[in-house]
Amino acid sequence: MNKPLTAKDFATDQEVRWCPGCGDYAILKCVQKTLADVGADPDRTVFVSGIGCSSRFPYYVNAYGFHTIHGRAPSFATGLKLANPELDVWVVTGDGDGLSIGGNHLLHVLRRNVDVQIMLFNNEIYGLTKGQFSPTSRVGTRSPSTPTGSIDAPVFPCAFALGAGARFIARGVDTDVKKLSPVLQAAREFKGAAFVEIFQNCIVYNKDVFEGFTEKKHAAETQIHVEHGKPLLFANGTKGLRLNPQTLTLDVVEIEGENGGGAALSDIVVHDETNQALAQMLFAMPKGYPVPLGVIYRDPTPSYDGAFWDHHPSKGKRTANVADALRRGSVWHKYARDH
Amino acid sequence: MAKIAPSNQSIVVRFAGDSGDGVQLLGSQFAESTALTGADFATFPDYPAEIRAPVGTTFGVSAFQINLGARRVSTAGDQPDVLIAFNPAALKVNLPSLNKGALILLNTDTFNARNFAKAHIDEDPRATGELADFQVVEIAMSTQTFEAVKHVGLSKSDAEQSKNFWALGAVLWMFGRKRKPIEDWARKKFAKKPPEILAGNLAALNAGHAYAETAELSAEIPQFVVGEAPMDEGDYRSITGAEALSLGLAAAGELADRQVIFCSYPITPASPILHHLSRMGELGVATFQAEDEIAACCAAIGASYGGAIGVTSSSGPGIALKTEAVGLAIAAELPLVIVNSQRGGPSTGLPTKTEQSDLYQAIYGRNADAPTPVIAASGPGDCFDAAIEATRIAIRHMTPVYLLTDGYIANASGPWALPNMEHYEPIAAAAPPAPSDDSNAKKRAIWNRDETSLGRPWVSPGMEGLAHRIGGLEKDIATGDISYDAENHQAMSELRAKKVEAVADFIPEQSVEQGAAHGPLAVVGWGSTHGAIWRAVNEAREQGYDVAQIHLRYLNPLPKNLGRLLGDYDKVLMLEMNMGQCATLLRDKLGVDLIQLNKVSGQPFKISEILDAIMANCPAKAKVTAAE
Repeated sequence: MNKPLTAKDFATDQEVRWCPGCGDYAILKCVQKTLADVGADPDRTVFVSGIGCSSRFPYYVNAYGFHTIHGRAPSFATGLKLANPELDVWVVTGDGDGLSIGGNHLLHVLRRNVDVQIMLFNNEIYGLTKGQFSPTSRVGTRSPSTPTGSIDAPVFPCAFALGAGARFIARGVDTDVKKLSPVLQAAREFKGAAFVEIFQNCIVYNKDVFEGFTEKKHAAETQIHVEHGKPLLFANGTKGLRLNPQTLTLDVVEIEGENGGGAALSDIVVHDETNQALAQMLFAMPKGYPVPLGVIYRDPTPSYDGAFWDHHPSKGKRTANVADALRRGSVWHKYARDH
Repeated sequence: MAKIAPSNQSIVVRFAGDSGDGVQLLGSQFAESTALTGADFATFPDYPAEIRAPVGTTFGVSAFQINLGARRVSTAGDQPDVLIAFNPAALKVNLPSLNKGALILLNTDTFNARNFAKAHIDEDPRATGELADFQVVEIAMSTQTFEAVKHVGLSKSDAEQSKNFWALGAVLWMFGRKRKPIEDWARKKFAKKPPEILAGNLAALNAGHAYAETAELSAEIPQFVVGEAPMDEGDYRSITGAEALSLGLAAAGELADRQVIFCSYPITPASPILHHLSRMGELGVATFQAEDEIAACCAAIGASYGGAIGVTSSSGPGIALKTEAVGLAIAAELPLVIVNSQRGGPSTGLPTKTEQSDLYQAIYGRNADAPTPVIAASGPGDCFDAAIEATRIAIRHMTPVYLLTDGYIANASGPWALPNMEHYEPIAAAAPPAPSDDSNAKKRAIWNRDETSLGRPWVSPGMEGLAHRIGGLEKDIATGDISYDAENHQAMSELRAKKVEAVADFIPEQSVEQGAAHGPLAVVGWGSTHGAIWRAVNEAREQGYDVAQIHLRYLNPLPKNLGRLLGDYDKVLMLEMNMGQCATLLRDKLGVDLIQLNKVSGQPFKISEILDAIMANCPAKAKVTAAE
């Protein structure tokens, strides 16, 4: 029996080439740790990426890896899963790769529910091409291509995933390994397309863009970590989310203290990860609300690669031969004659 | 009165009507019936881009042409001898191409002012004298069909739909055919439909047959007798290019003992391959209809990476979208078969019309120096072998391979001698190396290419102890690690070129199909022009011209002896359905002097066009002597 692999065993001999202080380092460590924690087999694990800073990821994980072309990683991963559904396939992408050039493929891998984990590193900027605004950049983002500020309305990755029909949607922060690792484990366990948006800090081109809610000292007030079956509380249990029946949105309310005032605990929405409408409301919470993190939506349905072979007439086996197939339909024999 | 077709001739029959008239079904069943007589034949479905173009218009005319004879038939024929026209538009469109003296069967029920207007016909062509050169038989086919199916209780539209069976019945009588095989086929085809549909169609079939046989007009409707064509002894079936290509891919999977995963996005005229393969699951084939052309190509590469035979297929505009991904397969040294059912272009072009449009795209159409092997199928049955060959090259050399076919081959059919699967060599890649804990030794083993083919071992995720990383960044020639080293990029670029050149060491030398290996004139073609060139060269030779036929399958790399061979003719006539793509290639690669005959009308070459070109370029003194 080989001794269990450690996070170090999932590192490769390649020099990591991200900028010093890049959030990708933390995510890489978290993934390597998670793979070790779950006892992943490097020979059956594959990282598939597109193009961008995040897409260098496969070179640094000691498993199989395929660094493909811009935006298309979900398509390569789909073909790979069809060829070998037993593989554990991770797609690594970014906001530009996954939602701009590759938006179409992300839509389809999610709605088909191919059994892969998709980690979308969202830093709201193009890094590898030196700082242009991305499809998740906020309106007014000043960048080399938008010196007076961008005018494009951004796409919201989790809302996009939900709209695409994803059955697993989760969120985490690059440097918060403690919270991110269990999310990645859950994504890995999920049979189907597991979409994980990771807020990733681009230290060079969009430094601290998420600081408003990722800063540890304010995190209790600015983040809400959802858990299935538990009330949606944050700020150390002093605040919660209550359904506003008039607007069908969530309101932030204070929980009633010893001296009365505020909302009753029973008024707080209990998180149901299978409730799509609730997920929608959580993703639609505007600025000023806590940012929902953790497994926000999980509602399993058969995975595409499983259904693909279940539905296949011979379940992927070769049960007939071409010599016989050639004779299907009308075959006639021609006798030799003088000519 | 029976007309016996001389054994050295063939008869061309063309069915034409609205796209909703069931002309394609009528034609394909007549072809099936022809197959059973032992005659040789070739078919050409010629349909409009619109699914149901406005009724009665000239641009909505759908046609099916078949050439049948008691001799070798190599094309669907230049000029129809028999035309069955379901409406005035069909007559108008096809009249100019008819052989003088041709027999025309008209459905007179459609010859009215309304339909003349739709077809922009000013005066009833039956009254203008423009049909004087032809033998015209006027039949109220719609009325006859209604009468025949009246008892079945079909709706008016269903009854109307049966008139193709009525016409089929009449044509079966004209050619002395049995109705039984058609009836058997119809029983299967309509098994799941309401029983009156089958009953109506059979009633129409019989009525058409009886009409032709017994009606007072029978003296006008001639009968044709076409004898058996000389073919080698063996088992035959009728097959279209799309079906043969699909079976060829399945056969390649069998020979390689790997799953074939065919990833495609619907496009005319390539879609029939997707349809055929989606019914070949038991043969070790699976099909994935992707969200777009790019995804289809990427999924196929993903499947190849996973150890299956990844195949993608499209037509010109779709192939263009796949281009970047093909470059990745070249860089990552993964096998991939890319089938291009070429059509007229540029842009959306002529989706349903045939053209040898994409040779440039296949050979040159990628960023950077990114060579790939390119081969072309020459006819419907040949698609089977071409698909096996493309897969064999892809796996042996670990490279993408373009397989070119076109709209004409994909839909055309003809008799095909069933191949013997035992005659095909197994397909194998270089064996994967043994697992290793030594990271450097492992990397070097994974990129340790075969000395002759330069193909690397096919290592797929899941193989133990061989985990490694690949990608589109330039890699070290020995270890596969990312490398921006200048000398290494030079070496890798040369390796990629040499790998494609190495294919030439495995393919047969170019042969001469007809005529001598030297002389005054060689006609060179590639792909679907084969049949027309064969017939034209054959006729020219019978008339005494010393002309040879050379037909190319391997376009990149070219066979090693091709330059030498072409140099032994005084003149080389290069014939292709584009503006001269292969001519450019041959001039560049071989430095040969060529005369070009190019056609981009959306229609295949006519034999007469080729014959004229041969006669213009082959001096009379070079005629073959009678003794030869």
